[in-house]
Amino acid sequence: MADFEPRIVAFLCHWCTYTGADLAGTTRQQYPPNIRIIHLMCSGAVDSIYVLKALIDGADGVLIGGCHPGDCHYQTGNYKARRRVAILKGILNQMGFTEDRIWLRWISASEGKLFADTVTKMVEELKKMGPNPMKQLWDA
Amino acid sequence: MQNGKVKGDRGSVLVIGAGIAGMQSALLLAETGRKVFLLEQGPAIGGYFPLLDKTFPTNSCGVCFMSPTPPAFCPIYECHLHEHIELLPYSEVLKIEGEGGDFRVSVLRKPRFVDPGRCTLCEACIKVCPVEVEREFGGGLEKRKAIYLPFPQAIPHSLVIDPKTCVRCQECVKVCAPGAIDLNMKEEQETINVGAMILGFGFEPFWAQRKGEYGFGRYANVLTSIQFERMLSTSSPTQGVPKRLSDGKRIERIAFIQCVGSRDPSCGQDHCSTICCMYATKQAMIAKERSPDLEVTFFYMDVRPMGKDYERYYERAKGEYGIEYRRCAISTIKELPGSRDLRITYVKEDGTFEEKDFDAVVLSVGFTPPQTIKDLAERMGLLLNPQGFCQTGEFNPAETSVKGIFVGGAFRGPKDIPETVVEGASAAAGAASFLSMYRPPDQKKEYPAEGAISEEVPKIGVFVCHCGEELKKYLSISNLMDEAKGMREVAHVEEVGLACLPEGLDLIKRRIGEHGLNRVVVAGCSHREIRKAMEEMAKAMGFNPYLIEYANIREQCAFVHRNDQELATEKAEVLIRMAVERARKAQPIRKGRAMVVKKGLVVGGGLSGMTVSLRLAEQGYEVHLVEKERELGGNLKEAFYTLKGSDPQALLQNLVREVEKNGMIRIYTGAEVLGFEKRNGHYRTKIRFQGVGGSTLREEKDLDHGVLILATGGKEISPKGYLYGEDSRVITQRQLEKMIHLNDENLKDFRSVVMIQCVGSRDEEHPYCSRICCGHAVKNALKLKERDPGMDVYVLYRDVRTYGFYESYYHEARGKGVIFIRYDLENRPEVTLRNGNLEVSVFDPAMGRPVTLSPDRIVLSTGIEPNDQQELAKIFGVELNSDGFFAEANPKSAPLDSVDRGKFFCGLCHSPNFIEDSISQGNAAAIRAATILSKEAVEEKAYLAYVIKRLCCGCGLCVTVCPYGARVLNEEEGKAEVIGALCQGCGSCVVACRNAASQQRNFEKDLNMAVLDAAIE
Repeated sequence: MADFEPRIVAFLCHWCTYTGADLAGTTRQQYPPNIRIIHLMCSGAVDSIYVLKALIDGADGVLIGGCHPGDCHYQTGNYKARRRVAILKGILNQMGFTEDRIWLRWISASEGKLFADTVTKMVEELKKMGPNPMKQLWDA
Repeated sequence: MQNGKVKGDRGSVLVIGAGIAGMQSALLLAETGRKVFLLEQGPAIGGYFPLLDKTFPTNSCGVCFMSPTPPAFCPIYECHLHEHIELLPYSEVLKIEGEGGDFRVSVLRKPRFVDPGRCTLCEACIKVCPVEVEREFGGGLEKRKAIYLPFPQAIPHSLVIDPKTCVRCQECVKVCAPGAIDLNMKEEQETINVGAMILGFGFEPFWAQRKGEYGFGRYANVLTSIQFERMLSTSSPTQGVPKRLSDGKRIERIAFIQCVGSRDPSCGQDHCSTICCMYATKQAMIAKERSPDLEVTFFYMDVRPMGKDYERYYERAKGEYGIEYRRCAISTIKELPGSRDLRITYVKEDGTFEEKDFDAVVLSVGFTPPQTIKDLAERMGLLLNPQGFCQTGEFNPAETSVKGIFVGGAFRGPKDIPETVVEGASAAAGAASFLSMYRPPDQKKEYPAEGAISEEVPKIGVFVCHCGEELKKYLSISNLMDEAKGMREVAHVEEVGLACLPEGLDLIKRRIGEHGLNRVVVAGCSHREIRKAMEEMAKAMGFNPYLIEYANIREQCAFVHRNDQELATEKAEVLIRMAVERARKAQPIRKGRAMVVKKGLVVGGGLSGMTVSLRLAEQGYEVHLVEKERELGGNLKEAFYTLKGSDPQALLQNLVREVEKNGMIRIYTGAEVLGFEKRNGHYRTKIRFQGVGGSTLREEKDLDHGVLILATGGKEISPKGYLYGEDSRVITQRQLEKMIHLNDENLKDFRSVVMIQCVGSRDEEHPYCSRICCGHAVKNALKLKERDPGMDVYVLYRDVRTYGFYESYYHEARGKGVIFIRYDLENRPEVTLRNGNLEVSVFDPAMGRPVTLSPDRIVLSTGIEPNDQQELAKIFGVELNSDGFFAEANPKSAPLDSVDRGKFFCGLCHSPNFIEDSISQGNAAAIRAATILSKEAVEEKAYLAYVIKRLCCGCGLCVTVCPYGARVLNEEEGKAEVIGALCQGCGSCVVACRNAASQQRNFEKDLNMAVLDAAIE
């Protein structure tokens, strides 16, 4: 378990969080390389299917990044994401799957440090949680 | 020095100063097709706003909404991207020749000593540079080297050498791998030909050392608000946590001292800096969020949150955040030996002294004009006002004293971001009207036709850019190449040195031809860095730019995982694999175009409605002006003089005459709006109006228009209480103004007048400040004193909000003996009748007891409320805020825009405003509208939603989730459709669709799934 390296899939919105992740690079913030970033136009465009598929296929965590409330470049996409994630977490909970593997975070284009810190923290937390049980179920 | 050829022409505009106002002017003019030169004296554009992590009243950033073509990135970046904007960073104006319509400007380009085209920001030079100095950004809270990046998002995105501190040791030159540094770079001079100029010089923070008594520079824990702003940024040395400079301890008790260098004639700063109350409140709120146990105390004279939604913000600071505001005067600040705490002694309202200790003190510094401006103003022949800011006419707020030179933003006086955005736009409108005879040609670049490739089997070329060897330090490029060769449908893999340089682009271009590639993956920096160059290259060779994918192995891999080459390389492989999968599924995108109807519909014929109509007409667009009354004028008909001494009636007559004689403006009076529908690229509104020649016949008409501007005005709140309506001696300020104007004979009997402020403002029913009433009261008080200096004039107020230069009139009124008595909401003045005479009793905090006044008249300073526009909002599909004013797309940086592109607001229907603000808003709305009307066609966004009709069940879910009204149900077919010109490509409808009938171009669900597969393997 000590060597467990979680795999995170991130869905980042084009305008804020993806740009924030770029800024983390420009300012040389360091974070663990456990994350694979998928670029979408808006956090509101993250379909529940994507999150479920990521988890079923063995991702240990899913990060969804959007603009801060009130700053969505499409007005309300981040609110839609927030509602969708809340429902999704509820469903996962009922299935006995811990909701803490799904993180929804507001990270603006100027918050490179926050992005790096978020990924670092998420990797730490997932290491504590251990591998995604769904993956083991599949492998068995 | 060398003289190049003259750039520009008489239709172009030079914007000097690339802060908020300058960037806004530049973006708008460029978007109407004009060539704009954007000059900035510093090495990077942006002005003060990159310092601001969060802004009031939203406590977020949101400045990206400033772009006229939302959704967009930060305006700094948008200015860099815009094809019509040429940036002149690190430059100065040497000489201006010619006159309005034809200026020749000599510009000095200062040497950066670093070539932005070659600098890869590897920062090797920073490590070896031996010189460390105070970093200007953030008021000297941090250090920087002599070679540095001004701030992380700086544009030009490259390092720069500060010649004042550089010791020319050549160390940086030795370590620079791409050879970007040249210490022998010389300054250059160039001449620019423009028809108009816009000044956006902005402001400088007051130099806190000038108020030596506050101890800045002597006491370690006294900071300026500029420094505290920097400290609160999450990228600061304290990572946004408020800490003491003396010992790094967390601050537990902090004091804000307001009006440092504002409202203070003793240091030559008699104006109010307008925004310090708000920015300090914001800083206090953010600090509390970072340090919840923090105790915050404000020491202030008056709190002035008079902008839209600011009063609520202030109430939240007090209520939710527990921030304490103490009205007092500071007596002394002392540093306590040992602890280095600060002891503040202050005088309370009742004259008694108190003291309190703090860990740190923030000085809310005011704003001064830029120090260097005097000299330049003289050379330009520009008049400055007594405070040293740019002089403008009250009714021509965007015009300077020099013909053809316009001004906006804080150089005209301290102001917040929304007003700066409005004024930047207003200045742009001024320039556009001034240059209307030089209409920019529709300079659409012609590109070769693209081949039809959608049916071809993908043939992907992968180009791995190592950024001038930089990425080789962190990634194994050869491994990446080997991996890429094995990926599906990859036909060619090649290493590139610097893909962004012409030689790199040329190589990719040649390979596309040689190998017949139909998809390209560039693995290297973020697409934000390279997209512009790549797309230009692709379009020029007839290759659809949407077939190029980017694998971000620099910012999102090499730069952030510098300590583990193996894992970083593994991640880079996956990123390339994901991009290849994306490329395999990507389809060429050809953006549709919807023809623009080059006409505007303006609803409301008051001041701002007439202003916006005239500006649009001057720029050559037809206008339908719809007014519900029988004649134009609105509230302006009731204004007779202004605080600054201009004549509103002359303005009114002038405007009405101009509007009526303008052949481009069609006026409909006695009109009402019956219906409104959206079509592709334009709107159609049905109105009913009074027929010509005073006939009582009502005609109906359909008007087609490309933009909609709502200028439906507001009204004086009808006062409640204070015997208004019961006793005719209780009147409103408006009624008093009319009496004074008409020289009413009753006036001569006035011996004593009591004015009561905030009637219908800042209370439960109207929880906002109406902004203009304090100025209104001071104006009328001064008029009364002018007629009869012996008259007793009392103003009962809560806070005097004579912001900006209005402060001097407040000062004047006090000097002339107008008596200001403060009251609280809990202790409102009481108005009674005693023996038929009016009597006002109020608790006077200065005397510590109630006082009773027996005036001849009571004048109520009534607030402003919007007209009832519920119905109108519903018809036009726009939102109202909780106070009934129109709600903007973003209160900070898109203050006049509705969420739907093409609908704008201005004037009192937006928020309470002075006349000059309404004029600025009218101008600003016109140029924002012109960014649409200036085009032959509205180009659709690239990543549009579309409907697979065969799968659509017509449930209409997509219609309800679309924030832009771009979704409609085709009733005949029972299928959903997309209005291409309105769709912004957010993808909401794609997620909402339960049949996967809604899809988004190049973000199709199966495409995203394929990328996801590649991400997990």
